[in-house]
Amino acid sequence: MSEAVASLRLALVGNPNCGKTALFNQLTGGHQKVANYAGVTIERKEGRFRGPSGRQFQLLDLPGAYSLEAASPDEVITRDVCLGHFPGESAPDVIVCVADATNLRLHLRFVLEVRRLGRPMVLALNMMDAARRRGIVIDVGKLEAALDIPVIETVAVRRGGAAELVARLDGDPPALARASDSGDLHADVRAMIADAVRMPRRTAEIDDAIDRVVLHPVLGLGLLALIMFLIFQAVFSWAAPLMDGIDAGIGALGGWVGSGLASMPLLQSLVVDGIFAGVGGVLVFLPQILILFLFILALEESGYLPRAAFLLDRLMFKAGLTGRSFIPLLSSFACAIPGIMATRSIQDPRDRLTTILIAPLMTCSARLPVYALLIAAFIPARTVAGVFNLQGIVLFTLYAAGIVSALAVAWVVKLVRRDKSEHALLMELPSYRLPHPRDIAIGLWERAMIFLRRVGGIILSLTVILWFLSTFPGAPAGATEPAINYSFAGQLGHGLHALFAPIGFNWQICIALVPGLAAREVAVSSLATVYALSGDGDGLQAIVASQWSMATAFSLLAWYVFAPMCLSTLATVRRETNSWRQVWIMAGYLFALAYLASLLTYQITRMLAP
Amino acid sequence: MRTILIRRGLYMRLSELAQGSDAVVQEVENVTEGDPIARRLRDYGFVRGEPVRLVGRGPIGADPLLVQIGFTRFALRRAEAARVIVEKSA
Repeated sequence: MSEAVASLRLALVGNPNCGKTALFNQLTGGHQKVANYAGVTIERKEGRFRGPSGRQFQLLDLPGAYSLEAASPDEVITRDVCLGHFPGESAPDVIVCVADATNLRLHLRFVLEVRRLGRPMVLALNMMDAARRRGIVIDVGKLEAALDIPVIETVAVRRGGAAELVARLDGDPPALARASDSGDLHADVRAMIADAVRMPRRTAEIDDAIDRVVLHPVLGLGLLALIMFLIFQAVFSWAAPLMDGIDAGIGALGGWVGSGLASMPLLQSLVVDGIFAGVGGVLVFLPQILILFLFILALEESGYLPRAAFLLDRLMFKAGLTGRSFIPLLSSFACAIPGIMATRSIQDPRDRLTTILIAPLMTCSARLPVYALLIAAFIPARTVAGVFNLQGIVLFTLYAAGIVSALAVAWVVKLVRRDKSEHALLMELPSYRLPHPRDIAIGLWERAMIFLRRVGGIILSLTVILWFLSTFPGAPAGATEPAINYSFAGQLGHGLHALFAPIGFNWQICIALVPGLAAREVAVSSLATVYALSGDGDGLQAIVASQWSMATAFSLLAWYVFAPMCLSTLATVRRETNSWRQVWIMAGYLFALAYLASLLTYQITRMLAP
Repeated sequence: MRTILIRRGLYMRLSELAQGSDAVVQEVENVTEGDPIARRLRDYGFVRGEPVRLVGRGPIGADPLLVQIGFTRFALRRAEAARVIVEKSA
């Protein structure tokens, strides 16, 4: 029976903030597939659902658009897919245009633009609950007559709030829309609203009240600082037990699998030291990433994120960025990977690229083990000026050095960029909304999958390669040094020593830098391996304190401020920019800065404290 | 013509409007050839005859501006708002 009814391809279109994605989640539930459109980095979301008659629907969630005149790459895709011009995408059978019932002055103009395409379409009048609460009365019959397309009320966040829409789509397909506008869409919208909509107030009182606090020059900035502080606390304190759990779980699993492979020592080493240790080192960041995105998604859904961008735009603009760069950069303090993923909310491609380029300069948590080791070994735990801890001051200086360099790099990028045309802010501040748990859960699931797919793909392969480099060739018979010295990684480290001698790195550091490519904190365990220690921690700290000069330690700290050697970050940049060129530019400039900073630090420290 | 009217104080730029005051949009100027920012402003509803209000300003350098048009609020940088010529409501 169900096979008899042909399946229907639907496309959801609408302005940003019209509740389109919530409607998409409501209709498709968990049945979604997230990918990119061919050849671009714009997210393509497709889902499936069944109608009451058993008919199968394929639903494509097109990027939000203010206009089909296509001012942004997102809008080009929306327009081309609707028209069936986008390579690899067939034209949808029905366009479902979504409009926020509380924001019809803006959204109906877009509806009229879509109607001009002359495709079969229906209008979902979304957020009818919010409209009713605000006393907005919409005469749907009159609107339907004026638009000459089916108009259906929906409440995307309420269970069953789209049932009527599904029933309508399951019935006879709507006719081709007829463009009967006067040519002046704004005038047509005004006439329709005058005829069919009664609105007691142009804005929601509650929005005005919240904005008076949130956008207040003093209160607003204070609130922003408080929210950021809470996020940081959560990322570092809530995540800790989960990270320890993952660490222990992976260790135990690795040990268990390893013991099963005891008869094959080489395979055992690949599995335990290579795959479990390497992949585990990256996987351990999943809790931090998820907690971070939990906050970002909640702030985004609630409508707060654009407000934060509003408050900080001027500050960021001076450095050649935009207010929207703030959240991605903040995320990068946990890990550059979610930070770079979060740059998708930056509309101007130039601003987005600059933000991606400087994201690795925010001190990520993977650098903390390295900082902790060196600070504990070289900086006395002395109290300065009565209240400050000297070790804390050094740590703060390292964070600050990253931020200052990031601003400087953004400023230089602004100077050298050839395209000097104005960057736009032009940002809508949507109504405040209570985030819906389902939308946040689906968002988190998507982020987790993106991260895990990368761990399973590129990071796994790199880990295996790095294991190979640090294992082969094996130590000769009667060797006294740790086996890693004789391996390719060891030879590479000894070879690199010539390059890194001017900045004070000994060959042990150079070797540790090679496996540290997989994840920065792996460098610490590699150092322990090079010094032939079982287990790291205090033993390594004592060796480092007694064998390294202070200049070498400071030089390595300076190196890690820039730390160009996180392959996972570079892989993310490749994915998000779809360009190897950007990857090389980033790796190149980070390496140059790291080398320069270490060189200065080493030579100056040697002069001051020989 | 427009410059003359601005000089006479009949019209002004949205960026010069006092906080909390209302005005009616006259037009959006193109600063460059086919100015994409001006076009976007028109898409947002900044068209002749539309009432607008300057609701607030950013905390640093009074930039960006918070502008109400239609049923929607937008954040515009000063340079963006300067493209919008308005007539101040009495």
